[in-house]
Amino acid sequence: MADHQTAVHQESSAQEVGDFLRRRREQIAQRWADEALFRTVFTVSRDEAVEAGRAVVEALAAVAVAGRVEDLGAAGFATVRDQLGRMAASRARTGATSARIADEVAALRPAASELLSADLADSPRELAEECAVTLTALLGTLRLVVLETALSAGQELIDRQRLQLLEVATPVIKLWTGVVAVPLIGTLDSARSQVVMESLLDAVVSQQARFAILDITGVPTVDSLVAQHLMKTVAAARLMGAECIVSGIRPAIAQTIVHLGIDLGTVVTRASLADALAYALHRQGIAVVDQDRSGPSAR
Amino acid sequence: MTDTSGRVTACLPIRSDMDLAWVRQHVRQAAAQLGFGLVDQTKLVTAASELARNTLVHGGGGQVESTVLETGAARGLRLAFSDQGPGIPDIERALGDGYTSGGGLGLGLGGARRLVHEFSIDSRPGEGTAVTVICWTAGAPRPREESR
Repeated sequence: MADHQTAVHQESSAQEVGDFLRRRREQIAQRWADEALFRTVFTVSRDEAVEAGRAVVEALAAVAVAGRVEDLGAAGFATVRDQLGRMAASRARTGATSARIADEVAALRPAASELLSADLADSPRELAEECAVTLTALLGTLRLVVLETALSAGQELIDRQRLQLLEVATPVIKLWTGVVAVPLIGTLDSARSQVVMESLLDAVVSQQARFAILDITGVPTVDSLVAQHLMKTVAAARLMGAECIVSGIRPAIAQTIVHLGIDLGTVVTRASLADALAYALHRQGIAVVDQDRSGPSAR
Repeated sequence: MTDTSGRVTACLPIRSDMDLAWVRQHVRQAAAQLGFGLVDQTKLVTAASELARNTLVHGGGGQVESTVLETGAARGLRLAFSDQGPGIPDIERALGDGYTSGGGLGLGLGGARRLVHEFSIDSRPGEGTAVTVICWTAGAPRPREESR
């Protein structure tokens, strides 16, 4: 019985808060426009901030009327999720931390609760208190929605950047007629090495390269999987008539490869990219000579 | 094997390729902080990469626990990889070079053993596999232990 009564109370207070929000939408939106969250996002015109505030208040009212004050997935939030996400993202871009954004959302509460208590001054104290609690819960949920939206936007950004990295990190450079090079950087996982192999083989065809240099100066760890990827790439290039040279093998990497037991005996390796280029030129019968030792072009 | 008084510094999950990168980074940082030389850092990171990939590919995912050890002047890093996968039926064979069940080079387990100072493996078919490795900072030379 008692439980039932509380439920009814909560429902009626949520209804009350919903009505209040709709009634006072304009005033709340006006006040929110001056709060840090709206003010810093909508710098161009205040009207825009008010307009955004109205939409958020309207959404909160819909959530309250539906009686889903603490439900993150309430239908009402769906309409403002985009907008809140944009606002949070724009705050994050200016360097605000998640905690700061959460604080700024929390700062919206006083403006609304002051109006609420003024509205309910003549109502029974019990109802006023319950409505205050409901409003607090509702704005707490809003805070969570904003943070959740901001975080998922961050995840999308990370996914997009990962894809970009996959493409950006594997440029094929023409070093000389018939000599191409790929500077490998970072972790060489299966997806990356697939991209590397494809772009290298494409370049071998398009540049009619006889020598392809894989430079691993920027690869921090060469384990057996990375070595296997390298060897597969070398073998594929060889099938297409290009000789592959792996360069940029640092002392620590060399010792690790030996201990690991990887046999790179079939692969031409060089310590630096310069050595690899010198090797490729030499094999093509090209000699680099100092024109004049005393001249400015001397090495 | 050694004293177990070390403090656990981190327990990282191994569930995806991204986790492997995270494990490598963590081990590199921890080794650098302990004063490992560049060669030893690279060896340990490579061993960790091999074992973490084994945990992921063969064990179906698991975790790694890293512990800083201190015995007298020597300091070391212990990495304990564990999974609840199918286990390894023939450990001797798995430790040998060229044996693979996953299409790799078959150098992971044996190679990792050669890259660290202490290596122990415990695997029960159907219950999972635990591999523990220890690397010591260069200093007092230690006899190499290889226990099962």
